[in-house]
Amino acid sequence: MARTCALTISAATEVNEHDLTASRLGSLEYDPAPESSAIAHFRSSYGLFIDGAFTDPSSHEQFVSLNPANEEVLATVAQSSREDIDRAVRSARRAYEEVWSHTSGAERAKYLYRIARLILERAREFAVVETLDNGKPIRESRDVDVPLAAAHFFYYAGWADKLDYAGFGVNPRPIGVAGQIIPWNFPLLMAAWKIAPALAAGNTCVLKPAETTSLSALLLAEILQQAELPAGVVNIVTGDGSSGAALVDHPGVDKIAFTGSTEVGRLIQQRVAPSQKRLTLELGGKGANIVFEDAPIDEMIEGIIDGIFFNQGHVCCAGSRLLVQESVADEVLRRLVRRVEQLRVGDPMDKNTDVGAINSAAQLARIRELTSFGESEGATRYTSSCTLPEKGYWFAPTVFANVAQSHRIAREEIFGPVLSVLTFRTPEEAIVKANNTNYGLACGVWSEKGSRTLWVAQRLRAGVIWANTYNKFDPSSPFGGVRESGFGREGGRHGLEAYLDV
Amino acid sequence: MKFASASVVPAIGSETQLKSVLGALAGVDAVGLEARCAKLATRSIKKSTKLEAIDLAISMVDLTTLEGADTPARVSSLCAKAMRPDPRDLTVPSVAAVCVYPDLVARARSALANSSVAVASVATAFPSGRASMRVKLLDVNDAVEAGAHEVDMVIDRGAFLSGRVGEVFEEIVAVKEACGEAHLKVILETGELVTYDNVRRASWLAMLAGADFVKTSTGKVSVNATPPAALVMLEAVRDFAESTGKLVGVKVAGGIRTTKDALRYLVLVNETAGSTWLSPDRFRFGASSLLNDLLMQRLKQHRGAYVRSDDFSGD
Repeated sequence: MARTCALTISAATEVNEHDLTASRLGSLEYDPAPESSAIAHFRSSYGLFIDGAFTDPSSHEQFVSLNPANEEVLATVAQSSREDIDRAVRSARRAYEEVWSHTSGAERAKYLYRIARLILERAREFAVVETLDNGKPIRESRDVDVPLAAAHFFYYAGWADKLDYAGFGVNPRPIGVAGQIIPWNFPLLMAAWKIAPALAAGNTCVLKPAETTSLSALLLAEILQQAELPAGVVNIVTGDGSSGAALVDHPGVDKIAFTGSTEVGRLIQQRVAPSQKRLTLELGGKGANIVFEDAPIDEMIEGIIDGIFFNQGHVCCAGSRLLVQESVADEVLRRLVRRVEQLRVGDPMDKNTDVGAINSAAQLARIRELTSFGESEGATRYTSSCTLPEKGYWFAPTVFANVAQSHRIAREEIFGPVLSVLTFRTPEEAIVKANNTNYGLACGVWSEKGSRTLWVAQRLRAGVIWANTYNKFDPSSPFGGVRESGFGREGGRHGLEAYLDV
Repeated sequence: MKFASASVVPAIGSETQLKSVLGALAGVDAVGLEARCAKLATRSIKKSTKLEAIDLAISMVDLTTLEGADTPARVSSLCAKAMRPDPRDLTVPSVAAVCVYPDLVARARSALANSSVAVASVATAFPSGRASMRVKLLDVNDAVEAGAHEVDMVIDRGAFLSGRVGEVFEEIVAVKEACGEAHLKVILETGELVTYDNVRRASWLAMLAGADFVKTSTGKVSVNATPPAALVMLEAVRDFAESTGKLVGVKVAGGIRTTKDALRYLVLVNETAGSTWLSPDRFRFGASSLLNDLLMQRLKQHRGAYVRSDDFSGD
């Protein structure tokens, strides 16, 4: 407790050090409490969801979707070719021209409400599928991903017949066919973020899930069938980057919405530039979590943990840089390391797991590469002593202290459970450091002093600023970045703008 | 940097000093605190962990009867249950203590003679604390002379809330002295302190004044023990131990009736204060009906089928 040190004494623990080390946090071992995977019925292979039905890909090319926690094959998924993408875009165009653009807002809302309810009805199934395919803890897919995905459909269902009042003038028109490319970190949730506002505004979609996490989107396709959404309004095409490129290049697409890395976002922007296509990009980040000495310390430690270890740090807005005021830096680091040690890492299907598996071998390699620079550049490394499963892709939660602004781990997005800790003396220094990045997605400010929080927030260059919390999402709140974190907003009234001709 | 008095509880010399100490404590963010509790409430305790936790919880119960209608016979019956909660199963541990009003302490002592179960007595004009210092100390003397091993006192919430923290401090110091060898549990009545900041400050105040335990509630007001208040108190005892080397226990009381509630509190203890506090010496449940639910769940774990509440004695 930072400020109680005034009263007692820092490092005053000499005499009772034994007692304290004996008092191990989380020492009551929890027996495994695995969620049953029986509810998830995978088909052995999946086709492409085009024009309201699952169809075989033209090339008959397939790839496997693995469970990253144990490297077991869950199902094989179709690889979309250029022809398949063309078929999907044509189907979306036909549905737009013949059905959806003549469907009233109230009618569109009916489908969106239906989808939302069906997601909740099959919430457990979605949570299990998401966790098996992505590697994230079942607690998170159950308590965050799935309910939030449903909430997005509910929220935008409400807008569908009220677009006149969204602030874009009377009778705002949809754009047409939206090509949507989503990442692997929140597969179902990102699909909801893309599909719900697009449909509410009257567009039709071609959605391409990430290569490693197609299964929850395909389950969503089943829900769309169950909801009797008119054929072709949403098409879901699986595949790798080449499928995404074909979608971006397709002349029949009116709008591209992409969530993913800055690197790919830049390529997409280049390819879209010569066309009339609209574009929104939600890209990477290197979020700064700024901690002042008067922060509510216990909740702040939890907020830092949530900020970087939620979803294994596979979060574009993760608070991957911790900026701590010098006067409390030692205290914060000590508590942080203790808390990291307490994180339960392992089987994502276990209801008590806090940190799950890294989504893919490629991502694991990238995390390893970037963290290796941490030590070689002179930062001090603390890694959780947790035992990692032998099979699957795993990375122990890690904190780097004594990180300098010039270190690669302070500048590049690691997209993993790795936190870089830097210090500052004055609020001005905190702002300079927080803004000294090419990204601008999210920041957190921790202080009990409201006036300072507002003063700091006004000066941060980021799309989202959280005060005394982190990684909180709500469908009514717009989300998006500035600078190399992209442009366009998702969520809230602002999220409609990306799918309206305004 | 080390100071000479590193491992002792700092002496509080004046109300001004006490206020500056309490005022320097970090604030509590209520939203974050409650979110943390909600998250920990999703921990799934199964199989052998559950059995182990149920036995631990039984051993932490302060089996309580604090009614005007209490009779010596009821206290004797409660003591028998405290020593052997389930007479058919000797592997069930005894509870930690029996908690009664001062006039029934002697009866409880004789009923519990030669057992490991302690006698706890409420005192200091429990539950309101509205009496003169003289009366409160006599109340404590009564309990201690009758043989109470533990004294549960209430703080003067009015004094605390109006900022007369020095008065509260002195009262606890005086009661602690009157307790002699008896352990002192200080009831903060968190429901009446209202804010979590107050809970944290009152916890530190009680610990600085010499409390052996800080306790949430009397069980006699509308808001009793809540997980967030308990979490703040667990953070306080953990931090106090780290800065002073002195280990203070936590007792949650009032409204805890089910095994599920009890296990959730144990998860809070486990993940906030840690193993040192997972013992009856450092954590207690003040409860009456909780014990039977723990026994029912215990039997259910062993038998694999639910049992009836009538399978266990009422008190």
